[in-house]
Amino acid sequence: MKNYKTIILSNQEISPGYYRMRILAPEYNKLAKPGQFVMFRVQRSLPPLLRRPFGIFCTGYAAPDCDGMPEKEFIEIIYKVVGSGTEIMQELHQGDRVELLGPLGRGFDLGDPEEEKILVGGGIGLVPLYMLAERMVANSKVRLLMGGRTRDDIITVTEFERLGVETYVSTEDGSLGEEGLVTQVLERKLAKYPKASVYACGPMPMIDAVQKICATRNTPLQVSLEALMACGVGACLGCVVKGAGHTDENPQYLCTCKQGPVFLAEQLDWSRLEKQQGNCGGCS
Amino acid sequence: MSELRGTAVKLAHPKLAVEVAGLKFKNPVMPASGTFGYGEEYAPYLDLNKLGAIVTKGLSLNPKAGNATPRICETVSGMLNAIGLQNIGIDAFIEHKIPFLAQYNSPVIVNFFGNTLEEYVEVATRLEDVPGVAGLEMNISCPNVKHGGIVFGTEASAAHEVVSQVRKKTQKPLIVKLTPNVTDIRVTAKAVEDAGADAISLINTLTGMAVDVKTRKPRLANTIGGLSGPAIRPIAVRLVHQVVQAVEVPVIGIGGISRAIDALEFLIVGAKAVQVGTANFVDPNVMETIIDGLEEFCQNEGIEDINELIGTLEV
Repeated sequence: MKNYKTIILSNQEISPGYYRMRILAPEYNKLAKPGQFVMFRVQRSLPPLLRRPFGIFCTGYAAPDCDGMPEKEFIEIIYKVVGSGTEIMQELHQGDRVELLGPLGRGFDLGDPEEEKILVGGGIGLVPLYMLAERMVANSKVRLLMGGRTRDDIITVTEFERLGVETYVSTEDGSLGEEGLVTQVLERKLAKYPKASVYACGPMPMIDAVQKICATRNTPLQVSLEALMACGVGACLGCVVKGAGHTDENPQYLCTCKQGPVFLAEQLDWSRLEKQQGNCGGCS
Repeated sequence: MSELRGTAVKLAHPKLAVEVAGLKFKNPVMPASGTFGYGEEYAPYLDLNKLGAIVTKGLSLNPKAGNATPRICETVSGMLNAIGLQNIGIDAFIEHKIPFLAQYNSPVIVNFFGNTLEEYVEVATRLEDVPGVAGLEMNISCPNVKHGGIVFGTEASAAHEVVSQVRKKTQKPLIVKLTPNVTDIRVTAKAVEDAGADAISLINTLTGMAVDVKTRKPRLANTIGGLSGPAIRPIAVRLVHQVVQAVEVPVIGIGGISRAIDALEFLIVGAKAVQVGTANFVDPNVMETIIDGLEEFCQNEGIEDINELIGTLEV
């Protein structure tokens, strides 16, 4: 993990309100693990004061500017414009200077390749699942259940399909795929593939419903959580969640940035988690 | 040595070392408590040996769970926090964190607080014989805990009492950190000086509040939090200026410092050293940049020793 002063390679709207940004990021192809994130800062800009956390969508190499130069290593992040920070980000262009701190946090455990995998993504929560799918498809059967409120929230599904992932889309208004919640699809799929393990990222109510479904079936579950965070390195203690066994006398707080953002479901205190705020103000 | 037109030229390295309450700092820059964890969180990003001192997160007698989430929110050029002094407790700190910090040659200042007068005294007592603790910073000013510091920090007589009691139990340099949330900070500053404080640090956060207009709920679970960041710097500079004039003991300036020129403002009004807080969250390497910036400023201005600059405000 390191703080890089770097530049934007591209920044495009891929669906109404959703942007995909490619950033020059040396060493990330080697360093970044699925589920990890970066703290992103628009250089010399104030406001926003704090960096914003973004899950890494993918890493890669781009063609050099001219022959003989090395290929350019990049990462891509996908963000939804929800607040003052992302409003500034959507105006950025190729060549604009930014800072990246990362890769940060604990990513996904790829698990036993023999087991089938079901990935559950809600809206922007899909982002950290792409690198995970990339690593898994070579050895495991991977299915992606992608949910959103409307068709606008369904992003990059074709890219998962190109990897060889079987995808199932659902929207709450029925404008794309099956009408309803992604958790309905999950219940059906788990009935059909009871040995599968589940990896989920999305809004808190979705994560919570996924946890309930998996808990009743004893299905192994890993979740990637979002939280408001200031530092990303475990110092500010702004992003804590209560761990299993937490009491006031014996606090078991876990930092989403450092012990997470990916947790095994059994690490967390779910009775308290559902009372926590659901949406990700951190990426605003 | 460097070369200029073939002649060897000596590049002047200005002296940045300062001394506060018998503590020798290689430069006047250190983290503000609560923004730097127990030091280890930032070790991957900056060399802790470069810092004037290392100031730990606030510690209490027993581990403290802290407040419910959300605990932070961003405001214009600042942030509100209501972490609630979550910490591992003094005994776990001495056992697990001191050995890590002892690897570094920067003096370690342990920030601590209590819910009661007795707890303050007990924590100071437990730290007294711990090797590797160079000094204590006593927090009588956190706005985010019900029983906590702020009662002591806002009543001059209570501040005097708690500092006197701690003073009796510790030989270590004792810094007292003040809250700005009072009518006249000079009154509390004088009270803690009379009670035996070796130095005073200020300011802690200013109390503030933000509201989510859609849900009509406060943006922090604790409703009220402490405001920090660049937004508060002019207030902090003013308060440090006033306290420097009111007391004899050295003052450490805190509040919205994120660049060398910010630190210089505090030094010029008379702070002997500065603490960097929220800026650590934004740039984990910021204190090194500030230290380099101070050196460069002194070189450019022909200042050989940074002490020449301290308290040179011209009014």
